[in-house]
Amino acid sequence: MQYFVQQMVNGLTLGSIYGLIAIGYTMVYGIIGMINFAHGDIFMLGAFAALIVFLILTAMFTSVPVVVALLLMMVVAMAMTSLYNWTIEKVAYRPLRGSFRLAPLITAIGMSIALSNFVQVTQGPRNKPIPPMVSTVYNVNGISVSLKQIIIVIVTVLLLALFWYLVNKTSLGRAQRACEQDRKMAALLGIDVDRTISITFIMGAALAAVAGTLFLMYYGVVAFSDGFVPGVKAFTAAVLGGIGSLPGAMLGGLMIGFIESMWSAYFSIDYKDVAAFSILAIVLIFLPSGILGRPEVEKV
Amino acid sequence: MANIAKIDREDTSPIQRGIREALFAGVISFGLFFLFIGLKTDQNISNELILVQRWGLLAIVVALVMAGRFTMVAFVRPMIDRRNAEKAKLPPVAEEAGFFRKNFSKIAILVLFIYPVLMVLLFGFQGSLKWVDNFGIQILIYVMLAWGLNIVVGLAGLLDLGYVAFYAVGAYAYALLATHLGWSFWILLPVAGIMAAFWGVILGFPVLRLRGDYLAIVTLAFGEIIRLVLINWREVTNGAAGISGIPKISFFGLVSFNVSDPNYIAKVLGIAQSGAYYKIFLYYLILLLALLTAFVTIRLRRMPVGRAWEALREDEIACRSLGINTTTTKLTAFATGAMFGGFAGSFFAARQGFVSPESFVFLESAIILAIVVLGGMGSLVGIAVAAALMIGGTEILREMEFLKHVFGQDFTPELYRMLLFGMAMVIVMLWKPRGFVGSREPTAFLHKRKAVSSAFTKEGHG
Repeated sequence: MQYFVQQMVNGLTLGSIYGLIAIGYTMVYGIIGMINFAHGDIFMLGAFAALIVFLILTAMFTSVPVVVALLLMMVVAMAMTSLYNWTIEKVAYRPLRGSFRLAPLITAIGMSIALSNFVQVTQGPRNKPIPPMVSTVYNVNGISVSLKQIIIVIVTVLLLALFWYLVNKTSLGRAQRACEQDRKMAALLGIDVDRTISITFIMGAALAAVAGTLFLMYYGVVAFSDGFVPGVKAFTAAVLGGIGSLPGAMLGGLMIGFIESMWSAYFSIDYKDVAAFSILAIVLIFLPSGILGRPEVEKV
Repeated sequence: MANIAKIDREDTSPIQRGIREALFAGVISFGLFFLFIGLKTDQNISNELILVQRWGLLAIVVALVMAGRFTMVAFVRPMIDRRNAEKAKLPPVAEEAGFFRKNFSKIAILVLFIYPVLMVLLFGFQGSLKWVDNFGIQILIYVMLAWGLNIVVGLAGLLDLGYVAFYAVGAYAYALLATHLGWSFWILLPVAGIMAAFWGVILGFPVLRLRGDYLAIVTLAFGEIIRLVLINWREVTNGAAGISGIPKISFFGLVSFNVSDPNYIAKVLGIAQSGAYYKIFLYYLILLLALLTAFVTIRLRRMPVGRAWEALREDEIACRSLGINTTTTKLTAFATGAMFGGFAGSFFAARQGFVSPESFVFLESAIILAIVVLGGMGSLVGIAVAAALMIGGTEILREMEFLKHVFGQDFTPELYRMLLFGMAMVIVMLWKPRGFVGSREPTAFLHKRKAVSSAFTKEGHG
């Protein structure tokens, strides 16, 4: 039982990170119907920005309070990735809006290759380890919970609350939901569709940057190629939860996190990704539009 | 940054607008590159990360971006506008295709057949190795893979992001059966094709009900599953270390390319030993395999099954209501596409003499799909041109030794290969969203076959 709860804790941590990335996928998909393949690399860029900020801080000051350091890392990473995603959307995706469906997918894949190799060229191909930032571990009834995990879960919950408020209670969120339902009609009613889409990309990037910072804090290492696997898993999570649905993305992320930690705990760590992908395939056979997704209406 | 300036006041000259936009682009690129180019994370002697400052490089990059933006806005765009305006004034003329354009595919095939001979004449046997192997064979493998994927994506309209899985199945089928059972390539080629097709059907069954992006993610997951199994099933596949010592292909058992064999080609023909013979033989083999793929595709398009694929791509519901069995249609598309992937895979294994899961990552699937889309889905010539440009272009970067004299000795052009590849994908897509060949030959037509713009063909949502 203790072992099981321990795995639940690990799964929750992992799932929070996947969920934060998955929201970016699902929001962009919901609003312009495009798989933003570069999103995983935006996450990696966020982790790298956080790493560089961390190095600047340690170089300039002898000791920085962890809370301040983490906050600064997050804010700078969010600003960086937002700028990147905003620029990418303007340069690579907007001219292709309204073009056929595969065109933006290919530019997104191209962007993903370009971004990860840009970081490889400018920052070098090696793994970048940092000294542990937080190392406190609590022991509750034989279950070890590290402060890192608590921080991850708390930050995720706070961000989700903020995010829920933005999407459901503000005029910006209303504009986003309107664009999601019918972009042309939203434009006719005076919503600046381009601006709304830009903001969607910025919001997705900011969440990915937070996930990147948390990832760096949790694992203490990042490399230029680290965007792909979490990116694919987050995308899997978004599809599993029903792409286009925000609670679905978080649910999918948690599910992928749980499957991974349970599988590696009870079966074999080698096949944890195989398990995650197989469950995706099985779920989609029975629920072809994900767990919380709306079934597609076939129009004749 | 095509649409950044919305304010297009008539009274500002292009130069003024150029300066304004260049400043804007400069600010943006400074923000983008400030952390990533201005600072570099490096390990010092005690293995700690330190930051190296590179403000000069940052200034150069930002200045380049500004200069590029300025020329774009101030000179290039007005020029394009002027040319378009002039074109619009002239009455539309039906362009008569020249001799070269009309017979492009015939000329291209002829050139491909004499290419190794030319290379041998130009560079000698030893010098031609690089050109035949790195360029010829490499490009033709991608041409064949892209033509195979074209059946699934371009004809049947099923978006497949895990095509490399079938390539892997073909490669491992040949590698395992040839090393363990010692069967020859000519038996294993069809075996590998059948096995890949079988896996195509296995993938096809669960995804029959899925559409569009759900299909895309499951195919991606399938590709990753195959790769992960290849890595982890160490008893059979030898894990990440891969399988080496895969036997070479012989010329139907008559002539061998192993130096130690009694019927080694140099001994049979009485000529000097060289590795180039094998490469040239492989070149012609993959050329024939690729042409077979093209031939089968062209013929299938005229058969009921090919027409059913294209109907499926255009409208699945209409297809079903007209009595087409969409299940078998989708499965045959997956199986046929996978089969050619399997052929290419077994050829790849024989050519390398070594396979490992490293060769079958998602990036490969993405590259193949990119070639199909960049070439213009469904157009065989366009796809071949795209493969030659994209793969040949990145291979050429390896050859650019002279850049070392410009940028200093520690400059490695290979490093920039994938960066430029990714950027090229974006730029080509923005420039020609419908691919290089923007028109289609219709399968069914009234009276006269006339090419239509590909804007009229769907990409399918199956």
